[in-house]
Amino acid sequence: MADTIILEVARFSPERQPEITYQTFEVPLRADWMVLDALNYIKDNLDGSLTFRWSCRMGICGSCGMMVNGVPKLTCETLISQFAPGPVRIEPLEHFPIVKDLVIDMDVFLEKLQTVRPWIVRKDERLPQREFLQTPAQLETFHQYSLCINCMLCYAACPVFGLDPQFVGPAALALAERYNLDSRDQGASERTDVLSQHDGIWDCTVVGECSTVCPKGVDPSLAIQQYKLTATKEWFKTWLLPWGNK
Amino acid sequence: METSSHDILLIGAGGAGLRAAIAIAEANPRTDIAMVSKVYPMRSHTVSAEGGAAGVAGEDDTIDEHCYDTISGSDWLADQDVVEAFCNEVPGELLRLEHWGCPWSRQPDGRIAVRPFGGMKKMRTWFAADKTGFHMLHTLFQTSLKYTSITRYDETFATRLLIDDGAVNGVVAIELRTGRIRAIMAKAVIICTGGCGRVFPFTTNANICTGDGMALAYRGGAPLKDMEMVQYHPTGLPFTGILITEAARAEGGWLLNRDNYRFLQDYDLGKPTPTPVFRSMELGPRDRVSQAIFHEFEKGRAFHGPYGDYVHLDLRHLGEHKIEARLPMVRELCLKYENIDPVREPIPVRPVQHYMMGGIHTDIHGATPLKGLYAAGEAACVSINGSNRLGSNSLGELLVFGARAGKSAVEYVANGPNRSNHDHLLALASDEERKLEQQYGKEDGTERISKLREEMQRTMESGCGIYRDRATLVESANKLNELKERSAKLQLDDHGRSFNTQLTAALELGFMLDVAETIVHSALNREESRGAHQRHDFPKRDDTKFLAHSVVSRTGEGPPRVDYLPVVITRWPPGERIYGRDH
Repeated sequence: MADTIILEVARFSPERQPEITYQTFEVPLRADWMVLDALNYIKDNLDGSLTFRWSCRMGICGSCGMMVNGVPKLTCETLISQFAPGPVRIEPLEHFPIVKDLVIDMDVFLEKLQTVRPWIVRKDERLPQREFLQTPAQLETFHQYSLCINCMLCYAACPVFGLDPQFVGPAALALAERYNLDSRDQGASERTDVLSQHDGIWDCTVVGECSTVCPKGVDPSLAIQQYKLTATKEWFKTWLLPWGNK
Repeated sequence: METSSHDILLIGAGGAGLRAAIAIAEANPRTDIAMVSKVYPMRSHTVSAEGGAAGVAGEDDTIDEHCYDTISGSDWLADQDVVEAFCNEVPGELLRLEHWGCPWSRQPDGRIAVRPFGGMKKMRTWFAADKTGFHMLHTLFQTSLKYTSITRYDETFATRLLIDDGAVNGVVAIELRTGRIRAIMAKAVIICTGGCGRVFPFTTNANICTGDGMALAYRGGAPLKDMEMVQYHPTGLPFTGILITEAARAEGGWLLNRDNYRFLQDYDLGKPTPTPVFRSMELGPRDRVSQAIFHEFEKGRAFHGPYGDYVHLDLRHLGEHKIEARLPMVRELCLKYENIDPVREPIPVRPVQHYMMGGIHTDIHGATPLKGLYAAGEAACVSINGSNRLGSNSLGELLVFGARAGKSAVEYVANGPNRSNHDHLLALASDEERKLEQQYGKEDGTERISKLREEMQRTMESGCGIYRDRATLVESANKLNELKERSAKLQLDDHGRSFNTQLTAALELGFMLDVAETIVHSALNREESRGAHQRHDFPKRDDTKFLAHSVVSRTGEGPPRVDYLPVVITRWPPGERIYGRDH
């Protein structure tokens, strides 16, 4: 293995450099380094102005998603040695406005998340004195969807979101389904209006890229297909049993 | 300068901050709540907590037993009235999380499952596999989205408290995206900014854990308490410092030295048994287990690796099914970061800085001595942890005392605190703005931030590691002085406004240097060994002089002043800490 590797890093600054350019850095190539370690090496030693988000460096906080050689990745858990001899191209996540260098503007996701009501909805506001019973099997039905870390890799991979930023998108839909399938929740009917409107699930073309790139094994594509089924049922219910659904 | 006003302002939006915000929204829906966080809430470090949250759940368990475990675990430095409040309230808080949707692991009949944990005499640790902190944080964040009374200032970096006539009335903060400086006013402020693990070189803590809130409070005149009490977790991965949860041992994992020997039996922690025994061997408290590993290093009975000595954490006998069901994240982390599968190979581990027992001095209600200022979570010291926190008590702590601080602040605001002098606050904010503007524009610096940070971390490890003594502590104090002087000449490559992470790194370094200094001076003054604070030159616990909290205050330009406050003892007189045998 060579001692060093070249990184081609996208640079963008709204103030100084309003067009994306690529800057080349030579960094040590170490067997146990992640892409994030290389970026920190640049920030600490070569160019302190290079800007990117990171925090936990253990794949759980969801901050450090970037395009690595064109693929959305969490840089804290992507070994750099796999790209030797390089060069490796590092870019901000696709489909989002860029704030600076590798930092994207993800406010659009936070707005979408709010619209799917990602909390337990109960018809009866009074809560029991003890826990809601939930068997391991019931937990299993929604558990994988609850593992979403909001890292935005699925949005960067989603061709529909790329064409239409209004699309609610994989993570928010998976989280909606996470609550719909939770035996403690009674809000599924409240969530259909948001999801079955134009920019909701019907736009998804079942490409499945979202599930492929998810670093946590969440399957948003499946959530969306399940949701289409639920929404169709709800829709039929309102037409066939207009008195029975409310 | 842009200014805005709210009733109550939170700094930090992790577990404690979110719990406080919800408590406020529930207590009084008309309260206008602001939440300032330098990251999006779900990026907060609560996300990394793994093992679980302790709260009495089983019929064979009692609140008193949880109290006793916590107090003996703290080496009798915890305040017992606070511990009692904590143990009483934590089951209700965990239940509330259940009602809000936290995916707690379950028993076959659908009831909450609990697991054993270090230093605990009963099974009482609620868990969501080994991603408990992650699930708690996301549950709290998603639940908080229900409340329209919460205004979030995401990715907004607080630089200074605004204090008028002895009362805290808001903060100055940088909106990272634009670089705009804002004055955010409020009648009360709650600090929930977590710990400061990044003052150490080898830590489980995230990059954001830089003691911001501790430093803001300290600079504003609120004292910090028990700052010398630094927890080393026994099992971190050697290169990264990534945490391998204590749950791995609670589920039956063994610690082995290079002779394949369960060495904890040599350190008065009991005799090895094939399955775990409460308060014994691998289920000993973190301070004692980390100290034992340190001694194995000294005796040359450890393995030697490129990142220092290590021992083995062996899970192989648990089998793939149990590891996958109970410890999926441990497996995931080992595969990704060490390229080993714990189903087939032992995990290399070494003690790693993990948690601050110390923090902003608060009373049982979360109030600091500074009017209008509250604190909760790891940023605060209330204190339930004394000189050694038991694993799985911190997630409960941030819920109980986040909620308490929130309610206290609501009461304070309702009682109509004195009207603040708006002009004075604006003048203070402008002064801070001017200082920040100077930093942005500075072109003549010569010191690299990363270099100073590294030197600080090195001196903290040598002075304030698992074992300490006067000579190395004095050396660290001197080194920190030197670094503070040099930090006036930081070199900045980035002079832009937008998302200037180099400027925030410089500000964080300033926070860390202040906090580091309080750790060193508190450690220097405590001339005894207790819990996580072990002095080679004072190897015994000294209840006559030091059954007391250290309280460290700022003194202008000189070194910090350290005073002492008595520990509150209610029903558990100080005794010997006994693990692995009857008492």
